[in-house]
Amino acid sequence: MASVLTVDDSPSIRQAIKIALGGAGHEVVEAQDGADGVAKANAGAFSLIITDLNMPVMDGLTMIRQLRAQPAYAGVPILFLTTESDDGIKAQAKAAGATGWVTKPFQPDQLVRIVNKVLAA
Amino acid sequence: MSTTDPVAIFRQEAQDLLEQIEQGLLDLAHRPADRDLVDAVFRGLHTLKGSGAMFGFDALAAFTHHCEGAFDKVRRGEAPASAELVAAVLAAQDHMRALAEGREASETEGAALLARLHAAVEGGQQAPAAATPAETTWRVRFSFPADALANGTRPLPLIDELREMGACEVRALTDQVPPLAELAPAECRLGWEVVVTTAQSRAAIEDVFIFVIDDMQLEIEAVGPEGEAAPEPQAAAAAVPQAYAPAATDVASEAASSARTARQGESVRVPAERLDELMDRVGELVIAQSRLKQVAAGSIDPNLRSVSEEIERLAAELRDTMMVVRMVPVSQLFGRFRRLIHDLSRETGKVIELVTDGEATELDKTVIERLADPLVHMIRNAADHGLETPEQRQAAGKPAAGRITLSARQSGAEVWISIADDGRGIDRARVRAKAEENGLIAPDAVLGDSELLQLIFHPGFSTAQTITNLSGRGVGMDVVKRTIEGLRGTMDMTSEPGQGSVITLRIPLTLAIIDGLLVRVSGDRYVIPLAAVEECVELSIEQDLRSAGRHLINLRGQLVPFIRLRELFDTGAPPDPHQKVVVVSTGAERVGLVVDQILGDHQTVIKSLSTLHADVETFSGATILGDGGVALILDVPHLVAAGQRQDAHLRVAS
Repeated sequence: MASVLTVDDSPSIRQAIKIALGGAGHEVVEAQDGADGVAKANAGAFSLIITDLNMPVMDGLTMIRQLRAQPAYAGVPILFLTTESDDGIKAQAKAAGATGWVTKPFQPDQLVRIVNKVLAA
Repeated sequence: MSTTDPVAIFRQEAQDLLEQIEQGLLDLAHRPADRDLVDAVFRGLHTLKGSGAMFGFDALAAFTHHCEGAFDKVRRGEAPASAELVAAVLAAQDHMRALAEGREASETEGAALLARLHAAVEGGQQAPAAATPAETTWRVRFSFPADALANGTRPLPLIDELREMGACEVRALTDQVPPLAELAPAECRLGWEVVVTTAQSRAAIEDVFIFVIDDMQLEIEAVGPEGEAAPEPQAAAAAVPQAYAPAATDVASEAASSARTARQGESVRVPAERLDELMDRVGELVIAQSRLKQVAAGSIDPNLRSVSEEIERLAAELRDTMMVVRMVPVSQLFGRFRRLIHDLSRETGKVIELVTDGEATELDKTVIERLADPLVHMIRNAADHGLETPEQRQAAGKPAAGRITLSARQSGAEVWISIADDGRGIDRARVRAKAEENGLIAPDAVLGDSELLQLIFHPGFSTAQTITNLSGRGVGMDVVKRTIEGLRGTMDMTSEPGQGSVITLRIPLTLAIIDGLLVRVSGDRYVIPLAAVEECVELSIEQDLRSAGRHLINLRGQLVPFIRLRELFDTGAPPDPHQKVVVVSTGAERVGLVVDQILGDHQTVIKSLSTLHADVETFSGATILGDGGVALILDVPHLVAAGQRQDAHLRVAS
């Protein structure tokens, strides 16, 4: 049971994540863009963040960099969502401090497996 | 991307998947034993099912589940990919397509299809089932980059994941842990050695580390039983000391060495810069070897000569092997463009088909990476400027769907990549008008057709009447051309009005070492890339005198312009009595280069010129010769262009 922040401008994707992780017993908080994500992250203490990269207001890479600069979020796993196996964006996101990625579309059990991979018991 | 309706995105995706599956099935009908095809079809079905379920296409997901199940049996070797099975799934395609489009699909028909599928799989049931893979013991040694913890990587869940695979023995490696005074608590200095006995494959173990595998040190080796897996250290990691070589490995490697050559997908991951280093060393070796060759040539000792020849052969082989190591198939490049075409087709409202050919052709990895942006640009141009709207196409009697063809093939030491569209072709009059307007050419200039088309590559040129967000403001083609020339490649364009345009890129296989022709002009030596050389002929004194006005030689009835390198380099020395003409070409254009002497072939290790000489166009680099001297490498595309230009001027003047 972990507290997860999901940042995505697409409500359907947020919903899909919420259902999948909720079903596995995690608590999911939603944010609709990078700026909202930073605000919500500072208001709470999350043990995992799942974010889209391409978002209005503040994109995912910027958000990851901002969060990594804060002591509270150094070491917290951050996963990003990516649509294709684009190595370029993966490298950029990892350089920004992301832990790993989830390839869209994903199945609920895939997401749970990936989340468990980065969440220490 | 996320503003669009995910359901609509899924519909498009389903179309693509179904097409892919269909293609796979059709191929499978011819090659039923091809595992890659079986896997590809299975993956397609699997994705279709998964995404369908995610976006509420439950009927599709349920139906596809059965097809996937059938193919899973094939994949696991429990049923053959029989003709009946392929036919049954093909028949089920239309049903799946209907479900994906949200059309009404008859349930009885679905049930009938499933029954047929079921029968096809059960019918093949007597086929010998593949043996369950034997358990193998793997020794997995790994360590992470120091900042891994800060980036959220947790070693513990990864070790737990290995534990779930089978019986595990975990040992921490502390040799990289610094003394207490220097210990930074946030840094990850521990390594681990896990000995795991599992039925899972090496790939499954690598999958555990998927998020960090590029940055970490990972060695996986089989330590027994002497099963199918060959012991091959994964990314022979320098930082992890090789404390011991297990005796079992040697025995296993004997037994498995034949199996290893047969096994595909067994590969080693090496950082690219280590390959570059190795390539540099090979370059140095080639230079040292040419010195040896020179020494041996001046000696009468037969032993020295035979050693020199042996080393020459080995160095050449080493160079070739090294190049092959760096090669990757262009499918890596072409694969990226399917999505681009899809987006372009949505943005432009044009129907675009992408056809690719020769995807197995291999190119140096660095070259592939540098080609990606130029190709994106050219494909965008083709879609935006080249292809017409479906209505215009139909009015012109063409199919509504425009076609962009990407093809690659190897030709000698070059790879030719072409981007062809079947659109409206280049409007010469408009190119001309635009070039005159921009002051690129004089209003009454006489231009050949290819010269006219070359104007498109001129900086600041664009014929698009309206500027779209696709192909931008004409800051493209000249940048593309520069990038291609930076790769020592050339580009050519042909275009038929109403039929479309073809841009052909000719890219050398590698950037580091080439075969060159060593020539002498006056007292200096130069290298001409051998790939560009067509032939060498003698320039007789009569021809020399006769051609004084116009620099042309008659080559089997064809007039070829030539450049006297002696004049170009302003040597001031009198020419040798028997000058030679080296005929070089880029694409369709040919030019002769007059030299004093042809010295022979030379394995040329390319050293780039300093930034101070970056604007020197005649030379593309330099190389070190066997005697320690330096030879400049001639930039053939530039010389050919210069020669053609000079000829055009003379033609106009006379």
